[in-house]
Amino acid sequence: MGKFMNAIVVEDLTKRFGNFTAVDHVNFTVEQGELFGFLGPNGAGKTTTVRMITGLIKPDAGRASIMGHDVEKDGLNAKQVTGVLPETSNAYIDLSAWQNLMLMGKLYGLEKMERQSRAEDLLKRFDLYEKKDVAVKGFSKGMKQRLQICMALISEPQVLIMDEPTSGLDVQSSRLIRSMVADLNTKGVTFLLTTHNMEEANQLCSRIAIINKGKVVAIDRPEVLKRRIESLHSVEVSFNKDVPQGDLSALQGIESVEKMGDKFRLYAEEPARAISTLVDYTRSKKVEIVSLATISPTLEDVFVAYTEGR
Amino acid sequence: MSGSQLSRALAIAEKDIRIYYLKGPVLIYGILFPMFLFLAFFLGRGMSVDFLISGLISMTLFFTATAVSPVILPWEGSMRTLERLISAPVSIPAILLGDALASFIFGIIISTVPIAFGLVVGVRVFSPVVLVAAILLSAFCASYLGMLFSTPPTNVPSNIMMITNLVKFPLVFISGVFIPIEQMPPWGRTISLFSPLTYMTDLMRYSIQGNSYHPILLDFAAIAIFTVIFMALAMFIHIRNMPKRL
Repeated sequence: MGKFMNAIVVEDLTKRFGNFTAVDHVNFTVEQGELFGFLGPNGAGKTTTVRMITGLIKPDAGRASIMGHDVEKDGLNAKQVTGVLPETSNAYIDLSAWQNLMLMGKLYGLEKMERQSRAEDLLKRFDLYEKKDVAVKGFSKGMKQRLQICMALISEPQVLIMDEPTSGLDVQSSRLIRSMVADLNTKGVTFLLTTHNMEEANQLCSRIAIINKGKVVAIDRPEVLKRRIESLHSVEVSFNKDVPQGDLSALQGIESVEKMGDKFRLYAEEPARAISTLVDYTRSKKVEIVSLATISPTLEDVFVAYTEGR
Repeated sequence: MSGSQLSRALAIAEKDIRIYYLKGPVLIYGILFPMFLFLAFFLGRGMSVDFLISGLISMTLFFTATAVSPVILPWEGSMRTLERLISAPVSIPAILLGDALASFIFGIIISTVPIAFGLVVGVRVFSPVVLVAAILLSAFCASYLGMLFSTPPTNVPSNIMMITNLVKFPLVFISGVFIPIEQMPPWGRTISLFSPLTYMTDLMRYSIQGNSYHPILLDFAAIAIFTVIFMALAMFIHIRNMPKRL
């Protein structure tokens, strides 16, 4: 196998459904061994982009390649080096976990001994071995997702494309999957990961792209993206009694206010000045501050800033 | 198709047999339905047992080989297993071949039931070689016809079943199964030329009774041509429509 600079190359990828452009000239590259996050709100074009990269649907323009294999012209070889966890797919519920893995092993052309040994290892690692002969229809959602990940891993792919791998899962299954992703990434597996979970992206991804309305609006390392919106600092404050949100919005130096449970988040260009104004306000209204903290931009703030234009 | 894609097609056929064919209702439908339909038309009409059995074999083969294959892809689309399948390094022609192979095997196995029934009631096979060759080719042809039935890009299996039955039932009546071709009016004989079941039934008649309406080489050639047409159309339309199923 030759050495390629980039594991995934996406160039001007475009997909239209009638008059609607779902993906509009998307460009990005994922280096070998990188864990690349692909974020965007619902309907932004994430899944359509992933489906074009995995060769499930044809782009109207542009191209994508995986480990140097063009996904349209050399699709079978591109798929051979890729493990895929589609967002909406299922394992065969009438087959057992073992039979599902054997099927995937055969579809990737693995020899019998190889697929049996890998299936055994994976089922043990994902805590499914005891239920290997049970029909998948009896599995919980978390067990089904873990099995699907085993199915994506059975070929020991060089590139793993996972669409919302922890969506809707319990804490244990999510942690198991995140730990597997981090572990495989340290062993050199390249990841393209779409997720709604900002904390997950922040913890795992070395670089992220944010897609909105079919276009990539930002692409960089998470911390670099956070620095880009640092002009928007925020102060999180809670009081000993109810305070009208309108009062806080009217304070000098406060740009906007969000209510979050019993707390308020105040956005300001100069947090020190905002705090001073806030303290003056509480004295005048005889309200006590219970907690006060300045907050640096999170990845979620970055996401909101780029997708809602704040 | 390369050897590796062929072995992947076999894996898909194995999966189909486990999931879709080894089910009581499918097996019973495959055997009982054609038998009851046939008996309903033959009882009291004084036809020979040889004629009955040869028609029953072709109809059973035709019905069973087209029974499940049309709904596999719509079913897998609705169950969200299709996306997983086509994310793997397996070509669409290999997926279709796998589905058709399962249908082919099912058709052949079930066709042994009317043959065994015929032998029990004293029917003698005039040409076992032609019978075996006819069953193999007919099962393959009907399997790809089944794959052609599943091309509309719907994931609602009942819609496909409706289309399938709309085509299958009229074919039974114009293909010499219930009424020998030679007894049909001229317009009926002309229409019968466009049904693959005509040639399948004619070959079964030859295998059992030793006579046929068309020369048997023409029957084999016609079935082979139908197979190539069904296969090419099924591949072309499925490749075009597959993304619409996702």
